[in-house]
Amino acid sequence: MEKILLKNIDNPNSADINEYIKVGGYGSLSKALNMQPKEILEEVKKSGLRGRGGAGFPTGMKWSFAIADPTFPKYLLCNADEGEPGTFKDRPILEKNPHLLIEGMAISGYVLGSESGYVYLRGEYPYAKDVLNKAIKQAHEKNYLGDNILGKGIRFHLAVYQGAGAYICGEETALIESIEGRKGQPRNKPPFPVNAGAWGLPTIVNNVETLSNLPYIVEAGGEAYSKTGNKDSSGPKLFCVSGCVNNPGVFELPMGTSLRDIIYKHAGGIKDGKKLKAVIPGGLSAPVLPVDSIDCAMDFVSMSKAGSMLGSGAVIVMDESVCMVRVTHRAIKFFEHESCGKCVPCREGTEWLRKILERIENGNGREGDIELLSEVAGNISGKTFCPLGDGAAGVVMGMLKHFRNEFEEHVKERKCIFS
Amino acid sequence: MFNETVLKEIEDIRAKYPDRRSALLPSLYIAQREFGWLSHEAMQFVARTLNLPEAEVRGTASFYAMFRHKPVGRNLIQLCTNVSCMILGSEALLGFLNKRYGVEPGGTSGDGRFSLVIMECIGACGTAPAMLVNTDFYDNLTEQRIEEILEKYK
Repeated sequence: MEKILLKNIDNPNSADINEYIKVGGYGSLSKALNMQPKEILEEVKKSGLRGRGGAGFPTGMKWSFAIADPTFPKYLLCNADEGEPGTFKDRPILEKNPHLLIEGMAISGYVLGSESGYVYLRGEYPYAKDVLNKAIKQAHEKNYLGDNILGKGIRFHLAVYQGAGAYICGEETALIESIEGRKGQPRNKPPFPVNAGAWGLPTIVNNVETLSNLPYIVEAGGEAYSKTGNKDSSGPKLFCVSGCVNNPGVFELPMGTSLRDIIYKHAGGIKDGKKLKAVIPGGLSAPVLPVDSIDCAMDFVSMSKAGSMLGSGAVIVMDESVCMVRVTHRAIKFFEHESCGKCVPCREGTEWLRKILERIENGNGREGDIELLSEVAGNISGKTFCPLGDGAAGVVMGMLKHFRNEFEEHVKERKCIFS
Repeated sequence: MFNETVLKEIEDIRAKYPDRRSALLPSLYIAQREFGWLSHEAMQFVARTLNLPEAEVRGTASFYAMFRHKPVGRNLIQLCTNVSCMILGSEALLGFLNKRYGVEPGGTSGDGRFSLVIMECIGACGTAPAMLVNTDFYDNLTEQRIEEILEKYK
């Protein structure tokens, strides 16, 4: 498959604008500015592109809502807060192919009628910040950004906003609160950001990977793009594989590639001759899957049917030596730390879950603790403003569904059965 | 108060956003750079510069994990222990850091050389375990590799 997102990244100077232009970079922006915004919108709809941040909302539809709102100005925010544990797919774009994102944002700005864009970049990526700032400066100098892009009278400015270590800011309304200079606590919806987002104005929030598909869609057309992947989930997807595999890393593969192929064909199979036990297929918030589910296709619909989610495409692979109670405990510790505190079920529930898991792992589990875990998870799920609480609950429920015996043995043996 | 150069830097940031409040997070980063951590005084300066209530500045600053509310050592180690790093042994590295350098999570070594913070995923899962030292990034960590890396940070 021709690489769209990771094209040219093996070139050590791939982040430089001249190297990007050499391989055809910014040609799509030039083409786009000779088209009508609505023509491009049609191509995006035809492409079937769905958001790559986790939720999978159809990009063309999100854009239509924002375009239909006559309010001006509009803002385009790029979600580069890649904080879902296990996820490192946007990083190669940000660090090695920043002009692909900038070109994608300039095209999107033109379609949406937005003159200002911001990249909300997580604080943990200081190197990406330097790369992006340099790339934005270069794009200004070459007239791909600014007040009169390519002499066409089109205006689009771009700046980087650095987050400061809060996972919740990857949720779009929390991201908006944060860029406004506040605590990153999610807002109630509606109103949706497309009508009243940043500074009360129509705001489109798209993930790094989503926006980076735009140059190709403009270049080749929506139909050509939709030929990759399958009917409900089109295009290429970045899968990032970590954990107990021989060849971890980021792979650009068609949507719908099977989990088995990702693990065995691309990530080199399980390390040290051990046996595969479990896979978290879409970032830490995605419920765990057991070995017998790995023939499933990695796309939005199939993953949901398998009882998990595609999420960010972050595949965490665990072999037979990994303790599921310990993984669950570490995961919940994360959610407890990152709960923004707005909703009681999430704020208190994640702490309860962590305490129960801690005592089970430490050999102090009590009779009834496993039922209590289910009950607490059930009291978080669906009862919070944003999906963080659901994610925490889903982790516990998924683990209990597939690996309940490990929890029971910990309680019965009064110790971690893996230590 | 901040010097003229810093005030100019904050002013330039303000100009990029429709509302001055957006300059709060960048200004807190600048204050942290200037003072090493966000002391009460540093946050007062930010509040005055942006004309925001001090309580709002403190409330916002305390929400974000990367703002520091106590002095740190000369070098800040930020080690990830989230699931992908944990599976590949990052928790044992915590023990090593304590034994070799006398530094515990949230604390500073007696000689003031290192402070240690546990991170929630720094996006290096494919080359785990990983850490940041100040703003430098290191991965595929082992005890030996950490020892070699930290030699550079005095």
